[in-house]
Amino acid sequence: MFRFANPNRFMNWSGKLLPWCAAATAILLIVGTYLALFVAPPDYQQGEAVRIMYVHVPAAWMASFVYGVMAASSAVALIWRHPVADIAAQQSAPLGAGFTLLCLVSGSLWGEPMWGTWWVWDARLTSVLVLFFLYLGYIALVNAFDEPTRGARAGAILALVGVVNLPIIKFSVDWWNTLHQPASVFRIGAPTIAASMLWPLLIMAVGFTLFYVTLLLVRMRSALMAAKLRALRLQEFQAA
Amino acid sequence: MAAIAQFFDMGGYARFVWPAWGLAVIVLGGLLIDSVVTYRKRRRELDAAEERKR
Amino acid sequence: MTRKRKRLYIVLGGLALLGVASALVLSAFNDNIVFFYSPSDIAAKQVPDGRAIRIGGLVETGSVKRESDGVTLDFKVTDGNTALLVAYKGDVPDLFREGQGVVAEGKLEHGMFRASTVLAKHDETYMPPEVVDALKRAGHWQGEPPKQSSAAKP
Repeated sequence: MFRFANPNRFMNWSGKLLPWCAAATAILLIVGTYLALFVAPPDYQQGEAVRIMYVHVPAAWMASFVYGVMAASSAVALIWRHPVADIAAQQSAPLGAGFTLLCLVSGSLWGEPMWGTWWVWDARLTSVLVLFFLYLGYIALVNAFDEPTRGARAGAILALVGVVNLPIIKFSVDWWNTLHQPASVFRIGAPTIAASMLWPLLIMAVGFTLFYVTLLLVRMRSALMAAKLRALRLQEFQAA
Repeated sequence: MAAIAQFFDMGGYARFVWPAWGLAVIVLGGLLIDSVVTYRKRRRELDAAEERKR
Repeated sequence: MTRKRKRLYIVLGGLALLGVASALVLSAFNDNIVFFYSPSDIAAKQVPDGRAIRIGGLVETGSVKRESDGVTLDFKVTDGNTALLVAYKGDVPDLFREGQGVVAEGKLEHGMFRASTVLAKHDETYMPPEVVDALKRAGHWQGEPPKQSSAAKP
């Protein structure tokens, strides 16, 4: 498995995969947006306001998913000391923070007209805000050290500590009563969302996922080029 | 024209629906631009460094 | 600013963010983790008058009335077993409807609940209106609220 994570091999295969990922992302997001805004029906209770869902829910899923990737990469980096895993974790963080911010703000914009409030401190909303702070804390911590390996180590530990928040986010709506409603899609039993709304939602969600994969590959390639650049400059310096 | 206006009105929820979608464009677009700009910069720097080496 | 000092500040900033995060978790773990109580909880707990609490449940069908002052809204919140009368002055959210979920902030006053804020809580069902109509016509609609409680029927 680590064969693909060798930096040179990674540059090789990611360069070939990238255009396909980018094209698939563009198609899915365009189709998803069209279906969400023009084809999907209004909700029987929420009317047209339900169209916020097609932004909010994929962003919420990605907020947790990206954190999962970040924590898993951090574990790999800590246990096997693999530099590409550190890069994967570090380059995931700004993307995850972006998805979380989008989830929080779109949720607020949805809560005001439907629930009658921009924000409440219920278990779901609070745990997602904590997730946002975890991303910011991770980014700050990784950059707080002069020596990159130490920053990476500290960040990896924080990422792993924060992983306890993921089940709290997922199950907060089942464990405690909250203003936020329980899950409509990833639940025991059939989804409680009509197929005409579920399909656009899933297409948007896959589009968001591929968007993340595409940008992660781009950012990891940038980081690997930066590492190579540092090595070349060191050689120049030593030669001079 | 009425159909277009009706679409943008979003059943009276325009001031919530469009900012949510607008923010999605800003956040995703911002991440995309940041990633691509950094990538191009690194590529240029690396090419220049490799050129010097030769 | 020396680099050491800068690092110190960045670490402190990171720690502060973490502190905020943990504090939020901890405070949530205490009282806030349960966002509201059901009318049955309220009846069982003997909550004293005047304490600020949140109650939640469904707005009982047929219970919503405007008081004679034209401002105050009366409705009953039910959890299927117990219903609690709520009085509220102010605007209700768009999803405030009979049979739908509701969370009210306020305090108990002589056996009824005086709300200062009313929030709507919707369930996890998303459907186009036509499908709901079709289900209702076919008699398969299960989304109706529990029609219970003796005194509430108009």
